[in-house]
Amino acid sequence: MIADKIVHVSNLNKSYKAVQVLSDISFEVKEGEIFGFIGPDGAGKTSLFRIINTLLLPDSGRVSVFGLDTKKDYKSIRQRIGYMPGRFSLYPDLSVEENLSFFASIFGSTIAKNYHLIKDIYSHIEPFKKRKAGALSGGMKQKLALSCALIHKPDLLVLDEPTTGVDAVSRTEFWEMLKNLKNQGITIIVSTPYMDEASLCERIALISQGKILDINTPEAIIAKSESKLFSITAEDKYSLLKLLRNYSDCKTAFLFGENVHFSCRSENADKDKISEYLRLKAVENFEINIISPNIEDVFMELMTR
Amino acid sequence: MYTFIQFVKKEFLHIFRDYRTLLVLFGMPPVQLLIFGYAVRTEVNDANIAIYDRSKDYISCEISQKLLSSQYFKLTNYISNESEIEAGFRQGKYKVVVCFAPEFSKQLERTGNADVQFLIDASDPNISNLLYGYISSIIADYQNTKINKLSKAGWMVTPQIKMLYNPEMKSVYMFVPGLLALILMLVSALMTSIAITKEKETGTMEVLLVSPLKPSIIIIGKVIPYTLLALLNAFSVLALGVYVFGVPFKGSFILLLFETLIYLGTALSLGIMISTFAKTQQVALMVSLAGLLLPTTLLSGFIFPTENMPLPLQFISNFIPAKWYLIITRNIMLKGLGFSYIRNETLILISMMVFFLIVSMKKFKIRLD
Repeated sequence: MIADKIVHVSNLNKSYKAVQVLSDISFEVKEGEIFGFIGPDGAGKTSLFRIINTLLLPDSGRVSVFGLDTKKDYKSIRQRIGYMPGRFSLYPDLSVEENLSFFASIFGSTIAKNYHLIKDIYSHIEPFKKRKAGALSGGMKQKLALSCALIHKPDLLVLDEPTTGVDAVSRTEFWEMLKNLKNQGITIIVSTPYMDEASLCERIALISQGKILDINTPEAIIAKSESKLFSITAEDKYSLLKLLRNYSDCKTAFLFGENVHFSCRSENADKDKISEYLRLKAVENFEINIISPNIEDVFMELMTR
Repeated sequence: MYTFIQFVKKEFLHIFRDYRTLLVLFGMPPVQLLIFGYAVRTEVNDANIAIYDRSKDYISCEISQKLLSSQYFKLTNYISNESEIEAGFRQGKYKVVVCFAPEFSKQLERTGNADVQFLIDASDPNISNLLYGYISSIIADYQNTKINKLSKAGWMVTPQIKMLYNPEMKSVYMFVPGLLALILMLVSALMTSIAITKEKETGTMEVLLVSPLKPSIIIIGKVIPYTLLALLNAFSVLALGVYVFGVPFKGSFILLLFETLIYLGTALSLGIMISTFAKTQQVALMVSLAGLLLPTTLLSGFIFPTENMPLPLQFISNFIPAKWYLIITRNIMLKGLGFSYIRNETLILISMMVFFLIVSMKKFKIRLD
């Protein structure tokens, strides 16, 4: 086993009764990187994370963490992992401080001992340390959960959708914190349904319906995109979307904020042809721009492939 | 050890911050005891009685007087016409009507035999049985003291009945040990099963599992606070029973404490077992209520004696820990017996506990599934 591979998964399969939730998953996470799983709800991210942190066993395939087998050596893996489940899993009836000191104690540690690790994060919520965890805002709950996952100085952090349901400012702060942790040498695996967070990871895996579509750096994934992408706006974006989907050369068309992102199947698609079509359909005041794709565009493209 | 103490501390915080749990833990036992002690009584006092005396001679009057002077009966009215009798029963005016045949004393003196009829409202069979018992003993008593002397009718065998251990047949004597069994079962099994499934439901169990905490530490840490609280409850019920209701405590306190700890262990391991099966608090609650509370009240001999049950129910009652604990507590408290008399019951409780613990250990998941 190569030392700098923190997580090594090969040909992993997992199903619940008749439903296959993960099929033929293989990937590696290197020491000290932020590895992101990007995919919609129900893609299998949570199941995959539970397998990595030894809470679930795969049906087939090999999973090793720190070079240890997740089935045989689960005890030693659990010592070194910090896990933050997708939904808020702290004690709402305990105060911020009580939660933190409890989670420190179950690893045989204290807040004081590892305070330096969580200082950046915990300092945001420390003024409210007497408040019950159940009464915190979404962003603060998150910071508390992260502090609790960190307090025992884990080598690997597994964060399942940590930013879901959190406001934009807190999300940005949260990713800043992850970067700081990475700089302290902690390997981080994180999942998110937000495509815009993908570019904040060093490497990402696009996952959909239990399959990994692609693994690479965000830049490389975007660069792989083959088709030319147009951003089209019109007054009535819904009828615009409908018209574009009916266009004979349409490959992908989906709403992206106020715009419709649109790509064509043929290589020689250009603005004029689309304009012509839209004018023919009596669309007024539309605007077409050629744009460079982002992760979401690539994701949509991979999904339709 | 530090980890363990912190875990127990956390568990106490949960209990003290949840006022509903507190209410169940500390409010229910005394309330139950008071209700059972004062309201639910199996003895009958002041039952309404009417007298239909067609002879009105000295013996019928004496018998009536004797009935009325006991604490059990209270005269509502004298009936003068037979047709009134049924109407009074229908209106619920009285539970018992005494009918003396005409020329009661003459008949008795002449033939040595006279008829007195008792009509008892048996719509509640328990009460009518009791009333019947009271009446028979009063009449028998009168016959002994009075008639035998009068008629000089030789000898006669009369049973001398003495009620042992509970001479006044007070139902409170029965309820205190029963409540002890019920409350300990409720607090330990119900509360622990709910406390453990709560962690599963809120997702905190997921985090605890990923930590290096041993499952045994998680379970013992959860159970210890409830053990202490249940013991506290047991003492308060005992104290109330002994000092407020005057239930005798003849046996050894240490022995009762020892047996109570064993019963507690059985109840706790049952609670743990339930929590390994149940995924949500709701399920744990339903299972504990339907599977523990009802059988404990109905089939343990707490209220209804197991000997009177049909065979299948008697068989089932053997699997109810409370049945054995009840036998133990009644033996210690009311009879003052020592360990050698309750050894078998103790062994049964211990083997139940071991069984529950083994099943729980086999079923406890170190993973999610």
